[in-house]
Amino acid sequence: MLKKQVLSPGIKRFELDAAEIARKALPGQFVVLRVNEEGERIPLTVADTMPDKGILVIVFQEAGKSTKLLGSLNEGDSILDLIGPLGRHSHIEKFGTVVCIGGGVGTPEIFPVARALKQSDNKVISIIGFRSQDLILMADEMKSVSDELIVATDDGSNGNKGFVTDMLKKVIDRGEKIDHVFAVGPVIMMKMVSKTSEPYKIPTVVSLNPIMLDATGMCGVCRVDVGGESKLACVDGPEFDGHKVDFDGLMARLRTYLPEEKLSLEQYEAAKPKGGCCGGKGGCCA
Amino acid sequence: MREQDPQVRARNFEEVPYGYTPEEAVEEAKRCLKCKKPSCVQGCPVNIDIPGFVGQIALGNFWEAMKVMKTTNTLPAICGRVCPQESQCEGSCVLAKKMEPVAIGNLERYIADWEAQQNECVMCEMKPRTGKKVAVVGAGPAGLTVASDCAKMGHSVAMFEALHKPGGVLVYGIPEFRLPKAIVEREVNFVRSMGVDLQLNYVVGKLKTLDDLLQEFDAVFVGTGAGKPSFMGIPGENCLGVYSANEYLTRSNLMKAYLFPRYDTPIVRGKRVATIGGGNVAMDSARTALRLGAEKSILIYRRSREEMPARTAEVHHAEQEGIEFNLLTNPVRYIADEKGWVKAVECLRMELGEPDASGRRRPVPVKGSEFQIPVDTVVVAIGNSPNPLIAQTTPGLETAKHGNVVADPKTGRTSKQGVFAGGDIVTGAATVILAMGAGRLAANSIDEYVRTGQW
Repeated sequence: MLKKQVLSPGIKRFELDAAEIARKALPGQFVVLRVNEEGERIPLTVADTMPDKGILVIVFQEAGKSTKLLGSLNEGDSILDLIGPLGRHSHIEKFGTVVCIGGGVGTPEIFPVARALKQSDNKVISIIGFRSQDLILMADEMKSVSDELIVATDDGSNGNKGFVTDMLKKVIDRGEKIDHVFAVGPVIMMKMVSKTSEPYKIPTVVSLNPIMLDATGMCGVCRVDVGGESKLACVDGPEFDGHKVDFDGLMARLRTYLPEEKLSLEQYEAAKPKGGCCGGKGGCCA
Repeated sequence: MREQDPQVRARNFEEVPYGYTPEEAVEEAKRCLKCKKPSCVQGCPVNIDIPGFVGQIALGNFWEAMKVMKTTNTLPAICGRVCPQESQCEGSCVLAKKMEPVAIGNLERYIADWEAQQNECVMCEMKPRTGKKVAVVGAGPAGLTVASDCAKMGHSVAMFEALHKPGGVLVYGIPEFRLPKAIVEREVNFVRSMGVDLQLNYVVGKLKTLDDLLQEFDAVFVGTGAGKPSFMGIPGENCLGVYSANEYLTRSNLMKAYLFPRYDTPIVRGKRVATIGGGNVAMDSARTALRLGAEKSILIYRRSREEMPARTAEVHHAEQEGIEFNLLTNPVRYIADEKGWVKAVECLRMELGEPDASGRRRPVPVKGSEFQIPVDTVVVAIGNSPNPLIAQTTPGLETAKHGNVVADPKTGRTSKQGVFAGGDIVTGAATVILAMGAGRLAANSIDEYVRTGQW
């Protein structure tokens, strides 16, 4: 790891030295990493690449043991395995006017998509949403690749209260023709975005995050029902037509290991030295 | 061969058979009749010099036996454990007609394990360097065979593996109690010791395409296996607790979920686990379920015992351990509880009709015979299809209807110059030894191609 930043509480950005992947990865693709020998294979969307410097950027939210363990790494540390790029890249073309929606930690992931769309001469309207003002991420970066940026907070603490779906509705209702919607964020958000755009028949692409294991088309755990067909998010996706995805099925399957995840996290927290991994000094336990 | 007690072994992940003592090995080897035309060798897909190594064991010359072995087989500890000997070498043994055939598999395993206990290991004879470069995609049984054979022939070999551990199905599919992972690691290390450069976490088709590899290498072998799990497409297959065998076994074997929470990858430890299928993978899954703590491990197979594709020994082991066999039974849907977890599998009774394309009698549903089996976990082990990644990203590579790469069965040559293929990616899911046999043939024709340039 070359560089570590804490973007907001529990959300970290790593720059990794991974030249070959950095040269190949395109917006929408993901990598899988394993921190140590006992670790899980963790899929993470490629947040950015700097091909000339051989740098791959990941942004992740610490939720369970594995992401907390990853977050405890520091600059100069190594990750045991890094595999990628995996999945199909986003289909980018000149659509006309596109709305790019990022929810929470989905924002760093929509960023390279928005940038690519902008570079392909689209008019990019970006909507990013967070629970509150202190959790806002990457607003400047998003602004730099958007013709218009709307930042919303659930609690209104930034002065623009509402969900991303409310903002999308407003954009649609002001009468402008929207040709495409791209959305990355929590499953429930992607479901609501798809429901919002569906009556207007605006093609909507969502990036799914089901449980994955090998992530190369071998285990089948990431299967999702898309338009009545079983698709593997790792090789057929991760992006799919939001109007066809069975989001409820996906949400149910994401709950498969809740008890195990809880147990893992408890054990990890109990074993950690007091004051966190950095002894309370660095930014890692923020 | 002596084995762990079924009651005890059904609750641990240690290997089932203990292996021979030196005395037992010598005694067994002495039973070999030294046939002039050894039919066992013909019965072996890679034509291992069986009388050669068995004869040396009979004389107590274990070191010599291993030397003979390595001229034709660099993965004996694996073959000795997972080959279907009963239908190959042992099935062709002359003694098999009247009594027990020579236990060739056990002897093969013995000699490999004996070598592992010594401080040095038998090295293969290496031909002078040719300066030719061969890329091997996939570090499973086919790929490992091609890599070691090509290295022996003097070519530089680079092997690319998508997972973080080499061995393919040997590490993700076959459980520890049937093939300890330390043994796979040892045999893979032997292949590496011959100068093979192994790159893990490397997805060919994504990081580099086959066409990229052809720029750098004189020939490419594709041995990416049949990894994509099949489902029956019946209602409820996406409910919680329904696994593909690949996922179930990969969690347990490769990711060591049976050691959760010491290892981070979880697995559902069901109390009533149903496994659908009748092959070796189904046996492995049903037996893994027991070892993960199932009170009942239930096998559901739509044909009868005779048609089961699993090895006799594995079916026998499973039975001894208390797996409940539901034969002539076919699932029609899974029923979930209010939280979305599978709680029962509804099945139909079957009867056997006329033979189908596979030559086995076709199972026909008995009308109105629906019944339910209460379960909390299901493992679907009804087969796999080829991994589509290479075919999708390689223009000009001919594939057949299930995505199999089309390759000449005698040479492994594909429709694309310089590209060879073998193993499950060509045949669909088969056995380790058949993949190794295909690897051996491909290595020979790769050698010919890179030397002559003739396609």
